[in-house]
Amino acid sequence: MSKSITLDQPDQRNLLDRMAQGTIGKPVNRLEGPDKVSGVATYAAEFSAPGAANGVLVTSTISKGEVALIDEASVMGMPGVLAVISDQRMIARPAQGGAGEAPVQQVKQIDYWGQPVAVVVAETFEQARDAAKRLKITYNADDMSDVVLNPEDADSWEEGPGTETVEQGALPQAMSEAAYSVDATYTTEGHNSAPMEPHAALAEWDGTKLTVHASLQMLNYNIDELADSMGLDAENVHLLSPYVGGGFGSKLGISPDVAAASVAAMQLGRPVRVVLSRQQVFQSVIRRTETTQRVRLAADADGRLQGFGHEAKVTNLPEEEFAEPVTQASAFLYPGQDRVLKVEMGRIHRMTAGSVRAPGEAVGMQALEAAMDELAEESGIGPVELRLRNIPERHPSDDVPYSSRRLAECLKAGAEAFGWDDKDRKPAQRREGEWWIGTGMATAARIHNLSKAEASVTLMEDGTAVVATDMTDIGTGTYTILGQIAGEMLGLEPSDVLVRLGDSDLARGPGSGGSWGAASSGSAVQIACEAIREELCDMLGCEDEDLTLKDGFAIHNNKRQSLPELLNGRSIEKLGKLKPGETEDDFAQASYGAFFTEVAVNAYTGETRIRRMSGAFGIGRVLNEKTAKSQCMGGMVWCIGSALMEDMMFDHRDGHLANCDLAEYHVPVNRDVPHLDVIMVEERDPAASPLQAKGVGELGICGGAGAICNAIYNACGVRLRSFPMTPDKLIDHLPEI
Amino acid sequence: MKLAINGTTRTFDGDPRTTLLDFLRRDCDLTGTKKGCDHGQCGACTVLVNGQRINSCLTLTVMHEDDEITTIEGLGTPQDMHPLQSAFVDHDGYQCGYCTPGQICSAKAMLDEAKAGWPSVVTEDLTAEIDLSGDEIRERMSGNLCRCGAYSNIIDAITDVKEAAR
Repeated sequence: MSKSITLDQPDQRNLLDRMAQGTIGKPVNRLEGPDKVSGVATYAAEFSAPGAANGVLVTSTISKGEVALIDEASVMGMPGVLAVISDQRMIARPAQGGAGEAPVQQVKQIDYWGQPVAVVVAETFEQARDAAKRLKITYNADDMSDVVLNPEDADSWEEGPGTETVEQGALPQAMSEAAYSVDATYTTEGHNSAPMEPHAALAEWDGTKLTVHASLQMLNYNIDELADSMGLDAENVHLLSPYVGGGFGSKLGISPDVAAASVAAMQLGRPVRVVLSRQQVFQSVIRRTETTQRVRLAADADGRLQGFGHEAKVTNLPEEEFAEPVTQASAFLYPGQDRVLKVEMGRIHRMTAGSVRAPGEAVGMQALEAAMDELAEESGIGPVELRLRNIPERHPSDDVPYSSRRLAECLKAGAEAFGWDDKDRKPAQRREGEWWIGTGMATAARIHNLSKAEASVTLMEDGTAVVATDMTDIGTGTYTILGQIAGEMLGLEPSDVLVRLGDSDLARGPGSGGSWGAASSGSAVQIACEAIREELCDMLGCEDEDLTLKDGFAIHNNKRQSLPELLNGRSIEKLGKLKPGETEDDFAQASYGAFFTEVAVNAYTGETRIRRMSGAFGIGRVLNEKTAKSQCMGGMVWCIGSALMEDMMFDHRDGHLANCDLAEYHVPVNRDVPHLDVIMVEERDPAASPLQAKGVGELGICGGAGAICNAIYNACGVRLRSFPMTPDKLIDHLPEI
Repeated sequence: MKLAINGTTRTFDGDPRTTLLDFLRRDCDLTGTKKGCDHGQCGACTVLVNGQRINSCLTLTVMHEDDEITTIEGLGTPQDMHPLQSAFVDHDGYQCGYCTPGQICSAKAMLDEAKAGWPSVVTEDLTAEIDLSGDEIRERMSGNLCRCGAYSNIIDAITDVKEAAR
C-alpha cells in the first residue's frame, strides 16, 4: 500500500530524467488557472453554509493590562446581535509556524495593542461590525513606566531561540590584520506579510466534529493547534484550505479568526464566519521583527575573507519562541575562519513577531550584501569578482561539503544577461536630467529545507490519476507541479491528473512554508508513483528500467498497451512517504542566485525608481519553468518593497501599529516594478530531495534589497545603511547638480 | 430597487449599509469579486458599473438602482474565457489568484478608457491617440495590488490582449 524513502544518501537515481512523458520542468499553465481567472476558485470565507452567522473580532486598545469588564448589554439589544464571546479557548496570538499546539490563549490578559479580546456575533456582517465598534470594554491598564514597548528600550537580550551562535577564532584580530575590512551596522524595519486575502474562517460544529474552512498554510500542524486550543481530539477537527489567497508566513499557524469562529460555532450551534479586517491582518497576526545588524568583513589583499562577523538584534513578545534567524545564510555563504554569528532577542510588547517570507535571509542577506559592496569598493575588486573569490570549499563552521551549488554560474549568467560592468564602479557618474542612474548587484542565498511528507496517488481504471494530500497551494504552483510529477512518472499529461489539496483528511504533508513544499510533497508523490510503477511491473513481469509509460500507454518489450486495458477495471492506490535523513547533516544545502539592478535616484527629491532588475537562480531541478520563474519574480518584487517602502511604524507611546492598512503600509504597486528578467540556471541536487529539486519560493527575496542599496550608492554616492531607503533618508545627502 | 448583475435583474431590499461588494458576494453568490481591504486601497473588488471600473467596497448597493454591473463571472467562464482571462493563464499573471478577478476587470475597463482617449499621469501628449506602452499600463493598473508580485506577467498578459485587438 505504501512506499517510504528516507534520504540518508543522495538520491542519484534521477528518476524524473529517465521518464518519457516530457512534462516535468515544462512551463505548463496552472491547472487551476481557469478557475482563478474566472472567479470560481473558492476561498475560505466564500463557502456557503446555510444559516451562517457572522463574527467580528474586537481588539485591545491598551498595550498591557487586563480586561476588567466586557459590557455585553451595551450591544446585545442591537438588531441581529447573537452573542458577545470572550472565551478562554480563543487565542490571543497566532500560533507560530509549525507550533502544533495552542498559542497563548488568555484573551483577557493584554500583552499588546491590537490583541483579540472578544468576538461579536450577529446575523449579518453589517450588524456584527456595528456592534463590535460599539462594544464597551473596561480595562485595568498596567503602569506603563514598567512596560517595554520599543526595541531600543529592551533591557535584557537573550540568545535568539532556535538560532545558532558561532564563535570561532579571533575576529577582532582578523579585523585588525585585514588588508581590507568593513565594520558596519545596518537596520531594517518591521515587515507585514499582507496577503491579499484577509485571514478568514468558516466554522461548523455538529456536536462532535469541528469543520473549518480556513485560510491556512500548514494543515498538518494547524489541526493540532486548533484541537489543542478547543480542547478537542485532533481526529474531531477537519480543516479545508483548497485555495489560500497568499500567506507569506502569516498563515503558517492558526490565526485569531480560526479560534474565534470555532468557539462561536460551538457555542451557538450554527455555522459562524469570521473574517479579519485588513487592519486586524496588520495589527493582530504577525510582524517581521525590525533588526539591527552589525556586519564585520576582514579580507586579505586578494579580497578573500579571513574573518566574518554577523550579529543581529531582533525582538518578540514575552513567551514567544521564534527569533528571526537573521544569520542563517551567513553561516554557510562566505568563508572566514575567524567567525562570529549571533542573534540576540529582546522582549517587547508589540504584536507577535513571526515568520514572514524567508525568515532570516530576507533581512540578513540584504545587510550582508550591502556590506559586501562596501568591501568591493574598499578593495577595488569588482563586486562580482569579489563574490566569485569568496565561495568556500567546505562549510566554514561545520566542515561538511556543499550539495549542488551553482552560485558562480548564477553570478556569471546574471551579469552577462544584465550587461554588468564589474570594473567601472565609481559612483555618481551618470545623470539623465534630474535622475542619477546607477547599478548594483547582490548574491541570493536561502537554506534548503526538507520535511516529512506523505501523499497518495491513485492510478484510476480509466488511465487517469488522482493525487491527494493536505498540502496547500498558496500561489506557489503546487497543484500544477504535483500534477506534472505524477504525469511524468505515470506517462500522463498533467491535465489527466486530478490534484486534490488542502483537506486535512488527506495524506499529511508539511504544508507551505520555508520553501519546502515542492521538494517534500513532490517527492512523496514521486515515491507513490514509484510504487504504482512497481505494481505495473509485477503485472507485466518486467523491471522498472524496461517499463516506459507515455501518453497513457505502457510500453514494454515492444508491446504497447493502453493503461485502461492493462488495468482491466481496477485501480492502483499507493501512499508515498518521504523522510529527511542524513543528507541534512552531511551536506550544506541551499538555493543560490544573483540579482542585478539599475536604479534612478531623483537628484532633488531622493525618490528611487527601479529601471531594470534581473535575477539568475539555481534551485536544483526546475519542476515548472513558468511557476518557478513566477516565484522568483514575486520575491524580487518583495525586494523592491523591502528596499524602498515597507516599514511597520509603531507608536512609541503605546506600541500600536500606526500604518495598519494598504494605504499607509506601502507594498510595491505595478508601476514600482519594471519588467523582471529571471534566468533559471539548470541544476540537479541529489542530496536535496529525490526529485533533485530545492526550494524556490523564498530565494527571490533573499538579497535583492541589497542590490538596490548598492545601486543607489552607485547612482548618487549615498551609502545608506538603513532600510527602507525612503527619500527622507537620501535627500540631505544628495550631491549638488 | 432593481439593478442588473451580469445581465440578470436582481432586487435589493436589504440593509442600506450593504456595500455593492457584500451584496455581490453574499446575496448574489458571486464570490469572484474579492474583499481584500474593504477600504478602496487594494482593488481586489474591482467590478464594472455601466462599463467603468469601480471599487465595489467603496460604494453602497442602494446607490446603484438600474445600473448594469459586470463582475468577473460576467466576463467569462473556465470553459469559455475572455481573452484577458486566457492571457492571464498563459502568462501566469497571478499566483494565489485572490487579486486576479479585480486585475482582470480593471484591465478590461482600462483598455476601454485608453481607447476612449483618457490620458494618465504618464501620458506625454494629451491630444494624441493613447499608446498603451508598458509604463502606461503599469500606471493605469497601479490601483490593483498583487502581493504575490505577478506584475511583470500581468503587464505581459494585458499587452498581449492589447496587441491582438489591433
